[in-house]
Amino acid sequence: MTAAVTMDLEAGTAPGGGVTGTGALTVENFSFWYGPTQALFDISIDLDPQAVTALIGPSGCGKSTFIRSINRMHDLLPGARGAGRILLDGEDVLDRGLDVVHLRQRVGMVFQRSNPFPKSIYDNVAWGPRLNRRPSRRELDDVVEHALRRAALWDEVKDRLRENATGLSGGQQQRLCIARALANEPEVLLLDEPCSALDPIATQRIEELLWELKKDLTIVIVTHNLQQAARVSDRTAFFYLGRLVEHGPTDQLFTAPREERTEAYITGRFG
Amino acid sequence: MASTSLHGASVGDRIFRLATTAFALSIPLLLVLLAIDVAAAAWPALKTFGVAFLTSSRWDAVDGVFGAAPAIYGTIVSSVLALLIATPLAVGVAIFLSEFAPAWLRQPVAFLVDLLAAIPSVVYGLWGIFVLVPFLRERVMPLLADRLHLGGTPLFSGPAYGPSMLAAAVILAIMVLPYISSVTREVLMAVPRSQREAALALGATRWEMIWGAVLPYASSGVLGSIILGLGRALGETMAVTMVIGNRHEISSSLFAPGYTMASLIANEFSEATNDLHLSALMAVGAVLLAITLVVNVLARWLVWRVQRQGQA
Ligand SMILES: Nc1ncnc2c1ncn2[C@@H]1O[C@H](COP(=O)(O)OP(=O)(O)OP(=O)(O)O)[C@@H](O)[C@H]1O
Ligand SMILES: [Mg+2]
Repeated sequence: MTAAVTMDLEAGTAPGGGVTGTGALTVENFSFWYGPTQALFDISIDLDPQAVTALIGPSGCGKSTFIRSINRMHDLLPGARGAGRILLDGEDVLDRGLDVVHLRQRVGMVFQRSNPFPKSIYDNVAWGPRLNRRPSRRELDDVVEHALRRAALWDEVKDRLRENATGLSGGQQQRLCIARALANEPEVLLLDEPCSALDPIATQRIEELLWELKKDLTIVIVTHNLQQAARVSDRTAFFYLGRLVEHGPTDQLFTAPREERTEAYITGRFG
Repeated sequence: MASTSLHGASVGDRIFRLATTAFALSIPLLLVLLAIDVAAAAWPALKTFGVAFLTSSRWDAVDGVFGAAPAIYGTIVSSVLALLIATPLAVGVAIFLSEFAPAWLRQPVAFLVDLLAAIPSVVYGLWGIFVLVPFLRERVMPLLADRLHLGGTPLFSGPAYGPSMLAAAVILAIMVLPYISSVTREVLMAVPRSQREAALALGATRWEMIWGAVLPYASSGVLGSIILGLGRALGETMAVTMVIGNRHEISSSLFAPGYTMASLIANEFSEATNDLHLSALMAVGAVLLAITLVVNVLARWLVWRVQRQGQA
């Protein structure tokens, strides 16, 4: 466990005068295009460290586009381009000169459908650390255990680490994907509808997990489930047609929305 | 009423099932009959020479002594060598096409590579005789033997005539390349986007994504494509016959001429003078059939094992 603890400390240092690397995200006037079609319009929002921010909005409003811009997953897509700034601890992630590999180690991502590698549970979690540094056997064991514990999966899999990950249940696979992301010791965790393929019990486990994880991470979660947004998030942002309509503390947004469209959406008055 | 319609359906079902079962069984039956025929025809020679048929290098139609060891050796060595040459190239081409090539380049290049498979074997043979063999004799063999000072090693020793095991392996490599490459390419393209995204999101570079996620995911299919290539190489006859030199002798040197089972049969069946000679050729055919079957069973087993690892 000691190795994992020292890594926690290392992750806390960031370049830039005075700013400590806490994973604070500031989005300023961000717009995004898929070729000629604009998908996001002038988004400005702060995504706070040690908090969960939920992104809600009808299908096709740009939530995935936005969340995938933060770790530059659009990079390989021809014709995709962004404008504005997305600052991670003061550093613009859209900067062409930025080291994308390093960015993606700092910003982990969990996808809608769990996508474990068809390898052992251990090798799945060890995949990121093996890439990025050359850990010794002992260190790696510690990192894997620590990540699985943080993802609340350790007790279920500790006796079968060498078994193939594809043999796990859907909910376990999704927690494994979270553990795999955590093994990189990220500062930000992005989740794009992580529970949409899971049953209520598996969903509840992940929600409890996010509650734990936000103590040392910036968490951004896209969800279609408004109850889920209300349960897990500290702040909520409502997207509509590529624009950020409204964002604020979750209880305020759900009880007293400022915008009419927000109210219509959360009361289910439009689809 | 429900029961009658159920009953009617089950009769139709039964006929249909019988018919399809019969069709399905006829194919393995054909294989079995063919194998029995070949084995029966091969039996006189196998009975006469016993194990020596597989281990002896003496093949003398006049004296009526037949040992097929050089042809068996040549078949295996030329095919394995061809795979050693072709696999890295073919997998490299497949990776380039599926992962790196811009869309406008992918289709034409893939088409041209696939076209290699459409060239008739005899044309490869002609090209081998008039282009490849002289090139090997004048450029490659001197380079390997003299410049790289490998002439002293058994593999690259002896005079460079041209027609040789090396020439056969190179031409086989070119011929199996499109098979390995196109199956590998399809397998790589079938790797789900979610696997690639998982790797990239963990901070992998494009190469790390390919090595660490795409290729492992596709490994059983890639293995299958290589074995498919091996199956092709083992049985290839015409082009090999034209460049291998057709000498019934085992030599450790790749520069020396050799023989393959397929070439031996093709060269001699029309001039087989007596029953024993004919039976000996049939026995060579039986051995080739057996090796091909073993290779395919081995391939299935390997793929099955990898897949099971992937699931367990
Ligand atoms: N690769 C792409 N190329 C072109 N347009 C795209 C692409 N991906 C998404 N879009 C478009 O961008 C808009 C926003 O899509 P996005 O996937 O971000 O929505 P979303 O809010 O995540 O929707 P959902 O809730 O259904 O996941 C949509 O109009 C969509 O059609
Ligand atoms: Mg989406």
